[in-house]
Amino acid sequence: ALFFHSGEREEKCIIEDVPSDTLVTGNYKVQRWDTHKQDFLESAPGLGMFVTVTTPSDEVLLSKLYGPQGTFSFTSYISGGHIICLQSNSTRFVAFAGSKLRIHLDIRVGEHFLDESIIQAKDKVNEVNFRLEHLIEQIYHISKEQNYEREREEKFRKTSEETNSNILWWAIVQTLILISIGIWQIKSLRDFFISKKLV
Amino acid sequence: MLLRDSGTARPWGWLMLLVVACATRASEITFELPDNAKQCFYEEIVQGTKCTLEFQVITGGRYDVDCRLEGPDGAILYKETKKQYDSFTFTASRNGTYKFCFSNEFSTFTHKTVYFDFQVGEDPPLFPSENRATALTQMESACVSIHEALKSVMDYQTHFRLREAQGRSRAEDLNTRVAYWSIGEAIILLVVSIGQIFLLKSFFSDKRTTTTRVGS
Repeated sequence: ALFFHSGEREEKCIIEDVPSDTLVTGNYKVQRWDTHKQDFLESAPGLGMFVTVTTPSDEVLLSKLYGPQGTFSFTSYISGGHIICLQSNSTRFVAFAGSKLRIHLDIRVGEHFLDESIIQAKDKVNEVNFRLEHLIEQIYHISKEQNYEREREEKFRKTSEETNSNILWWAIVQTLILISIGIWQIKSLRDFFISKKLV
Repeated sequence: MLLRDSGTARPWGWLMLLVVACATRASEITFELPDNAKQCFYEEIVQGTKCTLEFQVITGGRYDVDCRLEGPDGAILYKETKKQYDSFTFTASRNGTYKFCFSNEFSTFTHKTVYFDFQVGEDPPLFPSENRATALTQMESACVSIHEALKSVMDYQTHFRLREAQGRSRAEDLNTRVAYWSIGEAIILLVVSIGQIFLLKSFFSDKRTTTTRVGS
């Protein structure tokens, strides 16, 4: 799977923008750099990862410590950008030269993924049945996303309309301010010059 | 799942199965790239696999990012600066770890949210043809075409979602800017115009009445 590097105590976060009631599954594997072998160790016992999932309303949905390899999953109950953060529980000081972690990560959204290990159905009808179920899941996921998209487009439209009315309101207020300030300035100056007996 | 020494002779069928099993991955990640930062991702790819890297900047600044894709020997396969969206397809010429990096080093204070989708190999066929005796039935081929259509719908949906997120981010930026600008300009107008009057009045103050005269 895809992997990336991270510092020993660094927190790496990714964002998943999902509709509500969607299952998100992630599996990861973390390896630690060994300065003696100048390579990443195949397994790192004792190394754990804190997995934290935050909802768009800044609520913590999941916060657990897993081992060097693990699977986590959560179901979103609000639609929006959920933030999944991974941080190791390493207590070593960062001053370790060249110390870093390699994190393999695979995140799946929705339940419509074809699990290749379940493929070998003996019965032809069952196989087609299984495939149809998978297609139905896919369609369901698509329609949930469409619904979510509708909500977001509405928010977008509201923002644009608000900007539009703000600009209009500002144009009117600015004209009023200018006119009244202009009148006040001339009046004030005229009164001033009259009082100074210059006019 | 690594296929390191594929140079040695192996039974063709087993190799095919391994290639199919390893070569079907798609990773899509949305992450935040802070200012002056660079984030790299790595992927182990088998020789001959067709891969596609697609990325898009969703929020932040001018919505652009630098992207670089390197092969296992450091050869630069793709390098672009300040791109908002791009899609790059290549066939892996060697086995090894390919690396692609996104850089926001040119930006001083805006962080960007970047989405990328790295597809390795083709998706597995819906009805694997290894142990087949007959051709696909009508039911099965209908399933296959629905599956392809749905995959394409999901792909378009993702693109649309990203574009809409980008548009909405711009609209929200615009809204905040208009709000700040109108408040700021109101304050400046009032301060400047009231200040002008008082300054003018101070020119005509009664310190030296003998030199008072009407300005030209």
